Amino acid sequence: MHEMALIESVVEIAEEVARQNGARRIIRLRLDIGELSIAEPDALTFCFAAVTQGTMAQDAELEICRVAGRGWCLDCATEIAMSQRFGTCPICGSHQVQVTGGDDLKIKDIEIN
Amino acid sequence: MCSVCGCGTAKIIDTDPEKALATAHGHDHHHDHDHDHTHDHHHHHDGAHDHGDHLHAEGVINYGGGIAGVHVPGLSQARIVTIERDILSRNDALARDNRAYLEGHNIFALNLVSSPGSGKTSLLVRAITDLADRMKISVIEGDQQTANDAERIRAAGAKAIQINTGKGCHLDAHMVGHAIEALAPPNGSVLFIENVGNLVCPAAFDLGEAHKVVVLSVTEGEDKPLKYPDMFAAADLLLLNKSDLLPHLDFNLGACLANALRINPKLQTLIVSARTGEGMEAFYAWLEASAARAARRPEHHALAQPAQTQGAMK
Repeated sequence: MHEMALIESVVEIAEEVARQNGARRIIRLRLDIGELSIAEPDALTFCFAAVTQGTMAQDAELEICRVAGRGWCLDCATEIAMSQRFGTCPICGSHQVQVTGGDDLKIKDIEIN
Repeated sequence: MCSVCGCGTAKIIDTDPEKALATAHGHDHHHDHDHDHTHDHHHHHDGAHDHGDHLHAEGVINYGGGIAGVHVPGLSQARIVTIERDILSRNDALARDNRAYLEGHNIFALNLVSSPGSGKTSLLVRAITDLADRMKISVIEGDQQTANDAERIRAAGAKAIQINTGKGCHLDAHMVGHAIEALAPPNGSVLFIENVGNLVCPAAFDLGEAHKVVVLSVTEGEDKPLKYPDMFAAADLLLLNKSDLLPHLDFNLGACLANALRINPKLQTLIVSARTGEGMEAFYAWLEASAARAARRPEHHALAQPAQTQGAMK
């Protein structure tokens, strides 16, 4: 359950930024979580409620933006949609595909007051 | 002037809004809101408003600096702050500090990852015994509970420190930074970091090691690289352990290696048995060659500061 550690890291960074901006509370956090990233959105949401207790982000809303997986098939020389990190090309079935997008694991922004 | 409905904007100099409201003028503003709003409808309560007849000075907390650029008493003044930072950025910064320290001291660090029971500790015990005259080895042991593994390592003759992660399912760069500080491996030595037995989470956390080494035992099934691809993608070397059991199993060695290479075409693979010692000499040769190659890189002799004095530690 590395999502717990990821969310702890999210809250730490968010609190740091919130304090720098003179905020008292974090109301909303927005994350970019790619389809091909190592994190499960449901697990992140589950951990969020537990981790934020007693922090500036207590009762904050967690918004997860899913970033679609994209890759490049070396055989087709084409940009392809990918739903699995180590998947195959939907056109030719080749394993020679490189991930070009959708492995994001990022804090986009926070809403504070 | 409020750009939303035309009423006077509030300017509150006191950082405590409650107090500031109490000291401001005391007349009411009521506005009919019968026009369309493109934002959330806001309601003005009875109470004190400061007239917007003077400018905000530098260093004053500006309650009108929110998204709408207005302050509406009684409603929250939310602001959106863009962060755009990788969630793992804190861990990665600490890992960079660890790496700079290790490389600066010419310490060759390997992060051993696997599922529980693949034989990581037995492999280390064997290596420590076999390599006693060839290199100095120290070990950081990661487990949720007990110091059993560190005791096994010490009994084999190497310096060891145990990290108990408690509920944690992996080691992170922060824990390892402190462990390196406590262990103080000698210059020119080899440091093994035995991660928590888990084929999922440790893949994501850089500890500052030179290489991740994934250990897989032949009792685990040849499709494990496909089931847990992230770990095999993150590793540079695969040690396929317990090869002495191969005659008793239906394990398809070729299929296992093919699966691992499908996930990571650059993965190096060695077949070993920590019990009989088969193939271990190949691992030692890899270890010595990789450590020597790392030591030759000029950037590894850059500034070396203690791992824990850099960056913000928890």
